Amino acid sequence: MLEIKNLHASVEGKEILKGVNLKVGAGEVHSIMGPNGSGKSTLASVLAGRDGYEVTAGQVLYKGKDLLEMEPEERACEGVFMAFQYPVEIPGVGSVQFLTAALNAIRKHRGKEEYDALEALTLFREKLKILHMSDDLLGRSVNEGFSGGEKKKNEIFQMAVLEPSLAVLDETDSGLDIDALKVVADGVNALRGPKRAMLVITHYQRLLNYIVPDYVHVLVDGRIVKTGDKELALHLEEHGYTWAGERALADAAGSKA
Amino acid sequence: MSTTQDTIEALAQREYKYGFVTDIEQEFAPPGLNEDIIRFISAKKGEPDWLLEWRLKAYRHWTELYEAKGEPQWAFLPYGYGPIDYQAISYYAAPKQRPESMDEVDPELLRTYEKLGIPLEEQKWLAGVAVDAVFDSVSVATTFKKELEKHGVIFCSFSEAVRSHPELVRKYLGSVVPHTDNFFAALNSAVFSDGSFVYVPKGVRCPMELSTYFRINAAQTGQFERTLIVADEGAYVSYMEGCTAPMRDENQLHAAVVELVALDDATIKYSTIQNWYPGDEKGEGGIYNFVTKRGKCQGHNSRISWTQVETGSAITWKYPSCILQGDNSMGEFYSVALTNLRQQADTGTKMIHIGKNTKSTIVTKGISAGQGHNSYRGMVKILKGAENARNFTQCDSLLIGDRCGAHTFPYIEVKNKTARMEHEASTSKIGEDQMFYCQQRGIGLEDAISLIVAGFCKEVFRELPMEFAVEAQKLLSVSLEGSVG
Repeated sequence: MLEIKNLHASVEGKEILKGVNLKVGAGEVHSIMGPNGSGKSTLASVLAGRDGYEVTAGQVLYKGKDLLEMEPEERACEGVFMAFQYPVEIPGVGSVQFLTAALNAIRKHRGKEEYDALEALTLFREKLKILHMSDDLLGRSVNEGFSGGEKKKNEIFQMAVLEPSLAVLDETDSGLDIDALKVVADGVNALRGPKRAMLVITHYQRLLNYIVPDYVHVLVDGRIVKTGDKELALHLEEHGYTWAGERALADAAGSKA
Repeated sequence: MSTTQDTIEALAQREYKYGFVTDIEQEFAPPGLNEDIIRFISAKKGEPDWLLEWRLKAYRHWTELYEAKGEPQWAFLPYGYGPIDYQAISYYAAPKQRPESMDEVDPELLRTYEKLGIPLEEQKWLAGVAVDAVFDSVSVATTFKKELEKHGVIFCSFSEAVRSHPELVRKYLGSVVPHTDNFFAALNSAVFSDGSFVYVPKGVRCPMELSTYFRINAAQTGQFERTLIVADEGAYVSYMEGCTAPMRDENQLHAAVVELVALDDATIKYSTIQNWYPGDEKGEGGIYNFVTKRGKCQGHNSRISWTQVETGSAITWKYPSCILQGDNSMGEFYSVALTNLRQQADTGTKMIHIGKNTKSTIVTKGISAGQGHNSYRGMVKILKGAENARNFTQCDSLLIGDRCGAHTFPYIEVKNKTARMEHEASTSKIGEDQMFYCQQRGIGLEDAISLIVAGFCKEVFRELPMEFAVEAQKLLSVSLEGSVG
């Protein structure tokens, strides 16, 4: 599904990613953990194609295609979805109108017939029901006046509607209280499937109590320094990121010796 | 991301799609402005003496203004303009062939309007919209006239109204915008060539939307139309106007006057989509749009509502206003003004509260992109006798890119202590974050901008008649193409 090879990326001339390697297969959930400033969000932004992130070396293959060559909207149409850490407000643009535009852009790209307003609305209500979310967000403008929790739920709802092949969740748990966290996690779990890969980026192990990943990667200073299963997350919780970083250094030193 | 940049640049090169020229035989007045030209226009139209006298009076007043200080200089037009050589303009251009009925309209003209999306064959229209088509200086066709006559509604070209309903024209012409009102109104009063006339009799709700479609075609000409709409007691009418012009390197002058009169309990809704040629990205060419529009809520409980979507013209100078004379009368102004390229717009409204319990609402949305400059200039005046007057004003500006400007010039004058005024203003930028959010959901750049801008303009669009609202949204998208980067 996704193969990241020796990815280097800079922001404003400063190198943030220093050679990331990662393989994510269909049906797998990978978690990327790391301290602040380690490059987690940069990785998400590079995958989604945000402006201002310069890839200086490496390659990203998505379903065998060069992802970095595609425009952001093309990536989305090809099935890459990013749940934003800070979803923006778009005043005056109705949620239904927005999501219908997105849905139809993607359907059109795939040569499928576009949905009319009623079909789209029916789909939205269905998805909300599955996610146990209230449909009052449909009557509001995109994220306008939403609380932090509502914004994150809205991201999960959009993901459910757009049915991506690869979902990148950028610190979706940040700023959530425990109830909102559960709703979000339940939503994510409901969307897990054999054809869908997920990259869950988080600072805290807390989220992984609810979304159990197949793999956990530790990103420190722009490199993945450790990979393991969910036990690794628990270990990190106990010992902190410094431990992982030092272990990696020790390993590196050991292999040299 | 260089591909994004390329797309944007390619889009910016896209042409104004109404910029074609119709090849048709036309007759012109020789360029120049003097009393003989005015007599020529008046004679061409077979006008009565009183109207010729009225024109000449206006001309003499204009000459005085011209010699004293010329055009008004108070508008905020940072790129400047002109000079306008009034002697180089031809004040009359008309297709040679003058049809007596729709069947005789030159097919080339029909094709022109078809191309503009305004088929003049009645059967092609959505039922419920009657159209008057004005081509350069004359009205070439008016649809659904018979149908309207059944209800007593008069909808015809101004020239025809002068011939068939002189008493109405004489009573109301200049009653809202006198020929002495301002420089451009004086010029228009002297040389106006055609326009639309509407009269809705007592108690009649006009059964269809009325609309005038203005087209400038000929080079070196100006368009000076005059529109007069009278809604008698208890009448209701909704009127829409649209305008386009070919692309030319020269600047062309458009100086129109619109007068609305609403008697007791009458309502007039007036909607405009202005899409004159805006010029190019260097600021060459484009229409100079100097327009005076004013409505008088003469009767009690009367209501006048202006809605405008201004996307065209190199310069827009326009303040559709309401004189709230009747008690309990209501004035509204809803505006979207967009400046892209090097367009300059100084537009807004005046609400003059005279009667008791009068109410006015102003909602404006200025969008600046490219190197455009957009100014809101508005006046709310509460006179002494206007007990319990209320005004609500909201001015919002949206900036796209960092080479454009948005400005607000509100004037408030209150002479009655019972007045209640509210004023809200905001300025925002389309953020890269908003754009990226849309793109990440699969929505392309262009559609993302349209979506965000449409959201910004929502409060105004919902005031437009249905057909127009869709058109307005499309137009806005086209006008914004290539505005980010």
